[in-house]
Amino acid sequence: MIKPVDILIVGVGGQGTVLASKILAQVGLGIGVDVKVSEIHGMAQRGGSVVTQVRFGKEVHSPIIKKGGADIILAFEKLEALRWLDYLSGDGQIIVNDQQIDPMPVIMGAVQYPQDILNTINNSAANTLVIDALSLAKDAGNIKTANVVLLGILARQLDIPKEVWLKALENIVPAKFFEVNKNAFELGYK
Amino acid sequence: MKTLLSGNEAIARGAYEAGATVATAYPGTPSTEIVETVAKYPEIYSEWAPNEKVALEVGIGASIAGARVLVAMKHVGVNVAADPLFTFSYTGVNGGLVLISAGDPGMHSSQNEQDNRYYAKFAKVPMLEPSSSQEAKDMVKAAYLLSETFDTPVMVRTTTRIAHSQTPVEMDERQECQLKEYVKNPKKYVMIPAYGRMRHKVVEERRMALEKESDASPWNYIEWGDKKIGIITSGINYQYVKEAAGSASILKLGMINPLPKKVITEFVSQVDEVYVVEELEPFIEEQVSSWGLKVIGKDVFPRTGEFSPELIAEKLLGQTGAEEAAAAAEQSIPVRPPVLCPGCPHRGMYYVINKLKLKVAGDIGCYTLGALPPLEAMDSCICMGASIGTALGMEKARGKEFGQKLVAIIGDSTFMHSGITGLLDVVYNKGTTTTIILDNRTTAMTGHQDNPGTGYTVKKEETVEVDLPNLVKALGIKRVIEVDPYDLDKVEEIMKEETVTDEPSVIIAKRPCALLDKSVQPPMAIDQDKCTGCKRCMKLGCPAIALDGEEITINYTQCNGCELCIQVCRFEAIGKAGDQ
Repeated sequence: MIKPVDILIVGVGGQGTVLASKILAQVGLGIGVDVKVSEIHGMAQRGGSVVTQVRFGKEVHSPIIKKGGADIILAFEKLEALRWLDYLSGDGQIIVNDQQIDPMPVIMGAVQYPQDILNTINNSAANTLVIDALSLAKDAGNIKTANVVLLGILARQLDIPKEVWLKALENIVPAKFFEVNKNAFELGYK
Repeated sequence: MKTLLSGNEAIARGAYEAGATVATAYPGTPSTEIVETVAKYPEIYSEWAPNEKVALEVGIGASIAGARVLVAMKHVGVNVAADPLFTFSYTGVNGGLVLISAGDPGMHSSQNEQDNRYYAKFAKVPMLEPSSSQEAKDMVKAAYLLSETFDTPVMVRTTTRIAHSQTPVEMDERQECQLKEYVKNPKKYVMIPAYGRMRHKVVEERRMALEKESDASPWNYIEWGDKKIGIITSGINYQYVKEAAGSASILKLGMINPLPKKVITEFVSQVDEVYVVEELEPFIEEQVSSWGLKVIGKDVFPRTGEFSPELIAEKLLGQTGAEEAAAAAEQSIPVRPPVLCPGCPHRGMYYVINKLKLKVAGDIGCYTLGALPPLEAMDSCICMGASIGTALGMEKARGKEFGQKLVAIIGDSTFMHSGITGLLDVVYNKGTTTTIILDNRTTAMTGHQDNPGTGYTVKKEETVEVDLPNLVKALGIKRVIEVDPYDLDKVEEIMKEETVTDEPSVIIAKRPCALLDKSVQPPMAIDQDKCTGCKRCMKLGCPAIALDGEEITINYTQCNGCELCIQVCRFEAIGKAGDQ
């Protein structure tokens, strides 16, 4: 059994964080650990800030992760990475998709999109990995598979056999989209 | 191997395993997935009812007819269903009926955070509250037995963190359940005053029997630990307590109405100091205090919002969790409120409303997002269906002139939920209010559920599609106009005309939700040579159009090609990306 791990998946509603967490949770179940996943549906999903919390362990009580408790943050968007940064543990790793989606206050010019987010994160986090998931998703054949690219990158960081991931992927995504998602996963995993 | 289920999926599974054959609901976050999941079982008749009251009434009928029934709704849905609930408590059941009430502390997707535990006490029906998906499934099954044993509907209460957390569940086989015999029994099921008086006595006897049952219930149990601190808790807070203060003695309540008085009294006597950890209202605390027992609750814990393991650790053990530096950093991070999606058909309507400076009595759905900046095109939003009555009230209070600068705005599903009666009032009492029905052919906010207007049932079977224009006409509205919300000139022309007429009118803005329309349109782009930077396009509040320094740009990954921005640009600076 792997050691307990708390993973925060953060992004913007519509980016596919829920699908990614579904696959991740399947993986946890596949390796026989206790799994809890917490997510928020409804209004927040309409382009708002979204977070899914995934916890693996021998016995997991709370489905939500404490501040400073996340071993890994998988951020689909830079500003969301920054927003949730204080959830990362002292020796935790943050994987950041190098994508900027302006929130409405920025779009309206009321506030600025923070500059140098990646530097800020790099200075604060023990371990930062920056990825251009959109380009990789394009290479995979569909820009909408950026979420699965990111999952591939996450998979690389965890000590769980690749077959378990692919099996979970196959179980969750519709059959006709499996090939393109598999490509995306492989590009992330490489 | 266990299966990972959300609380909602587990509830659905519980009803399936218990042999339920009828399920009914109106969608509402965080309860929606319950009947969505149940609908996949061919053994269970499932439906989206037009609203929660009808859902419960269908459930009551099925119960009287002898079936085991599942009825599901969000916390505020129980308000709508409260009328049948309170009298159904008197009649009791034939087949077991379980009513799910899914609360939303923290208001992730709700207009209030009322504590529905009071409904159980008020209606005098038992209530169970699970702490995990496994318990959700098991409690639903136990609830059917409780329902049939004590001749009562049973409520099962969840909150967002139970409903939408996935945790492992051991699956069991379905136990088929024969329909109970149907016997005509007016003294039990016809609640005229004479029979109602008799049934009220039965309800009181039942209440006392249920108090004994709660004391004996396996769902209420003590985990002894350190006896310096005792914690009484239930639901998701049990998990938080285990995480934050697992060494304390814990009384975990699963049956929360009626409360197990003996068990609680015994627990309180055995520990030095007792905390009640419950989100929202002091439901447990007040009752326990009324028995003369000393407990600490809302003196230290908030009445608003969700709890967390950190909050509990802080309040119980004095551990300070969140560092202040982190909190300070958070201040400078721009918020990301939800927005109407790119291509959303509601956007054009709000653009025109703002242009004409109309006041808006709003309603519940995705279109409520029109209340947020930059559109800010809403003056009120109370509950499902309230827009039309509210608009009529405004007009009656301030006169016709005010009414001519006022519209009620309501979605198709919300109109059928509880807008129809409001519109009837407008006709009957000679209002002149203009009602805009945003007909996007779905119940979008909760995740695209079917409704009487879509032509499909929850099981995706074809059915009669309500004829909205004729329905509205039948209520007595003579001016009924359909318009494509993507055609801004037409929308403006109609809105100008209809708001000033001396009679009530209904504008039906008809176009499917942008998330349902899977056809791919080329994204737009701005020709920077032609753009004068007037920001007119930005008044649309489209998340794809952003100010990038001095330049206005369209984000091609966000744009869905609806072309509204082309229509509002006066300088022909916007076109399809490929054409430039």
